[in-house]
Amino acid sequence: MDNKENILELQNVQKRYKGFVLDGISLSLPQGYILGLIGPNGAGKTTTIKILMNMVKRNGGEVQVFGLDPQKSAKQIKNKVAYLGEEQYFYGNKTVAWTGNFVRSFYDNWDTNTFQSLLTNFEISRTKKTRELSKGMKVRFSLALALSHNPDLLILDEPTAGLDPVIRREVLELLRKKSKNEGKSVIISSHITDDIMRTADLVAFLIQGKIVLVSEKDELLSNWKRIHYKKGALSSDIVNSLTRRKDHAFGSSGVTDRYLELKDLLVQGITEGVVKIENVNLDDILISLVKGV
Amino acid sequence: MDNLFIVVSPLDPDPMYKQITDQVKDAIASGGLQPETKLPSIREMSRELKISEITIKRAYSDLENEGFIITRSGLGSYIADINRDKLRQDKWQEIRKDILKILKTAKRFDISTREIIALVKEIKESSDG
Repeated sequence: MDNKENILELQNVQKRYKGFVLDGISLSLPQGYILGLIGPNGAGKTTTIKILMNMVKRNGGEVQVFGLDPQKSAKQIKNKVAYLGEEQYFYGNKTVAWTGNFVRSFYDNWDTNTFQSLLTNFEISRTKKTRELSKGMKVRFSLALALSHNPDLLILDEPTAGLDPVIRREVLELLRKKSKNEGKSVIISSHITDDIMRTADLVAFLIQGKIVLVSEKDELLSNWKRIHYKKGALSSDIVNSLTRRKDHAFGSSGVTDRYLELKDLLVQGITEGVVKIENVNLDDILISLVKGV
Repeated sequence: MDNLFIVVSPLDPDPMYKQITDQVKDAIASGGLQPETKLPSIREMSRELKISEITIKRAYSDLENEGFIITRSGLGSYIADINRDKLRQDKWQEIRKDILKILKTAKRFDISTREIIALVKEIKESSDG
């Protein structure tokens, strides 16, 4: 992935609000990849995204989106980027068709054919008033609007919050298709880590205004494991390196973030049945990172 | 219950009651759990593993139906005095399947059975030494 061009670069980006600091965020995203931004509520995910979209002014650091600074070239960037916020706002009295025409006027490269076929695919009635759309339909409609100017980067802030699993899956699959078939890049923020697990290639953990970990998802999941062991089966060195340790009458366990390194030391215990390895999910990793130990 | 090491994972493809029965059976087969050993109560196991009593109950009743444990009312569940040969027989089948898999892989890559036997001996010697 090193030889691919980064379409996004953040360096030491800072933002201060009363009671909140975005503390030197550095991130990059190569073209065609999906970056999942994971963090607890209030960690700074939305602020980071809004800085990219020039909806919030940063206090320091460098930002480049397609090589341009959002604070200087907001208009050019907007033509190449689609943004989907947590809430969708429309003129409730206006129809779907009217809203499409309205949004179209903001973009140089609007593609009416794409818009029409997305409406058809998503089964959105053109004559319906936007306030008559259900929450799921509103998200689908927003996606149709967002994709109709053929953006190279999609930024979605909690896009699936409040959606049923059927629509959630459909949205996530569409994102993967855009990324893998058409080379589009995607940033998706969510506290539903299952969504990120299914879609992202890269994962960044944002906790209390800081990026604490960025990694390829596959590498992350192959290194983070919960190790279960019978008392006495592991050396104290290994035991002490584990976090989130638990003890119960039938064994102990703890989480490691360097399983590939430990693997050889654990083989014997695994064959003897006194050590067992369990996969962890992104939730477990997030919780480990939040708690620190 | 130092002899009982049980891990139950919601991410495992097997249902949780089966994960429990498999591990208890393994402990019996390997001699870790001897006949007449008292098993923890359903409530205790539920509390320790943080798994519902319904699941543990299902595991215990499966083990009882298959003759691995005996429940004496008011006293609790005990490891039955079962024929370990039967369990060894099951393991024998498992090993047979594993070896078949190895032989199939070997065939795909043109590795002879003679080479495999030599490899088994070599591994055995190095792990003993």
